[in-house]
Amino acid sequence: MANITWKTEDGNEITVDVKDGLNLMEAATSNNVPHIEGECGGCLSCATCHVFIDEAWLAKTGEVDDIEDTMLEMTDVERRDNSRLSCQIIASPELDGLIIHVPEPE
Amino acid sequence: MSDPIVIIGAGQAAASFISRHIALGNQQPLLLIGDEPLPPYQRPPLSKKYLLGELDRERLFIRPQQWYADRGVTTRFNTRVDSIAPGDKNITTENGETIAYSQLVLCTGSRARDLPDAIGGHLENVFTLRNMADIDEMSPEFKPGRKLLIIGGGYIGLEAAAVARLLGLEVVLLEMADRVLQRVAAEQTSDYFRKLHLSHGVDLRESARLSRLIKIDGRVTGAELDDGETIDADSVLVGIGSIPNSELAEAAGLDCDNGISVNQTCQTSDANIYAAGDCCSFIREGSRIRLESVQNASDQGDLIARVFAGEDVRYKSLPWFWSDQYGCKLQIAGLNHGFDQTMVRPGANEDSQSIWYYREGNLIAVDAMNDPKAYAFGRKIIDAGLNPAPEVVADPGTDLKALAKN
Repeated sequence: MANITWKTEDGNEITVDVKDGLNLMEAATSNNVPHIEGECGGCLSCATCHVFIDEAWLAKTGEVDDIEDTMLEMTDVERRDNSRLSCQIIASPELDGLIIHVPEPE
Repeated sequence: MSDPIVIIGAGQAAASFISRHIALGNQQPLLLIGDEPLPPYQRPPLSKKYLLGELDRERLFIRPQQWYADRGVTTRFNTRVDSIAPGDKNITTENGETIAYSQLVLCTGSRARDLPDAIGGHLENVFTLRNMADIDEMSPEFKPGRKLLIIGGGYIGLEAAAVARLLGLEVVLLEMADRVLQRVAAEQTSDYFRKLHLSHGVDLRESARLSRLIKIDGRVTGAELDDGETIDADSVLVGIGSIPNSELAEAAGLDCDNGISVNQTCQTSDANIYAAGDCCSFIREGSRIRLESVQNASDQGDLIARVFAGEDVRYKSLPWFWSDQYGCKLQIAGLNHGFDQTMVRPGANEDSQSIWYYREGNLIAVDAMNDPKAYAFGRKIIDAGLNPAPEVVADPGTDLKALAKN
């Protein structure tokens, strides 16, 4: 279990206990986090689950592999150094307290 | 209170419409009616991870079951709609209940084409693959050593063949055309997937014509081909295309042409009725087309919610698709309809490559096999209307990322 907070640009926060093993795109869509769609279901084809990871947590969310790195070129809001596709981050106790910033497309 | 917006059909398009409607803060009440017992779920994993048994049912739900009620959306599952009365702005369910609507959104999807009854399509161990219930029915057949006959070498047939081989079944796949994926892809893509399936032990036969299924006591035991050869089978999976569910709309007098005809705002020939996803057809680059894809269903559902909220939007998304077979990830950007030239771009690894489709000198689509860069940058390049020459994309030295930024 990990307690995870999504912060949106308009100042809203959604905090949820996420079961281990779920990816954070699923966790977000299940809990109505806005702007996270996950159209492809997490198979790295759509880039609609793009998030910014709070800098302090970046290392703990793991490495960006080649495919994710490529798909991050397709995001609606331009990628930054702390960009991730949230379908590639799997909930685990190490992520307890994680803060995620949700980009808002135009 | 005003009459609700009624959504008929509870799939990807419906979920996308509802999500956007709520996100936009539109206060108009929603009623979602679906004929399956479940809330909208993702269909693509059905023929992949769900059939493999790697994904729980709940994880397929696009939103959790409770999500709808929590947001004031009324749902009626297990309910079929019998008719629409556009003049009176109401629908009647199979139970005889009449429900008034302010606007109607048709997300009725498509259904699998059956093998004709005359050659055995109705037999009990003959399956099609469309709904979660279809998988639940066929999965007891997916046991090591069982013999599976697959009719049709399109994406569904090939994905099912891959899962069946991974689970240890013996698989024969029959394709009537001279190559698999003939209807949807260039020869090079067909060649790639033929080789992939042969290397995984599928007995893949092209230009193969089925005469009939052979039965004993109502169950299929095999098939006879038109050259007289017989093939043993414990079960049969039919993947020979799909049919739009447009009968309800047709009976209501809406214009239909290969699905429910809609304009660029997804409006049907009735001003208060819209349609999204597999069930509808729309004009793209001068021709009326119908797409069966998550992208199309999601984007059209989303667009209708925006139209209802007063946004001035038109449907013009670039189509994209994907398929997973064994370890191979196929990603497709654009639509290759009418292509007259293809170029192969080698990928970084032996099993990766991309096929670039041109029509009258214009780049229109890319099939990328284990080559996400070709897919991602190809999609960007096509979306931006850039038109690199075939020789440029075929040159492995060309940096696609730089090309996409031009």
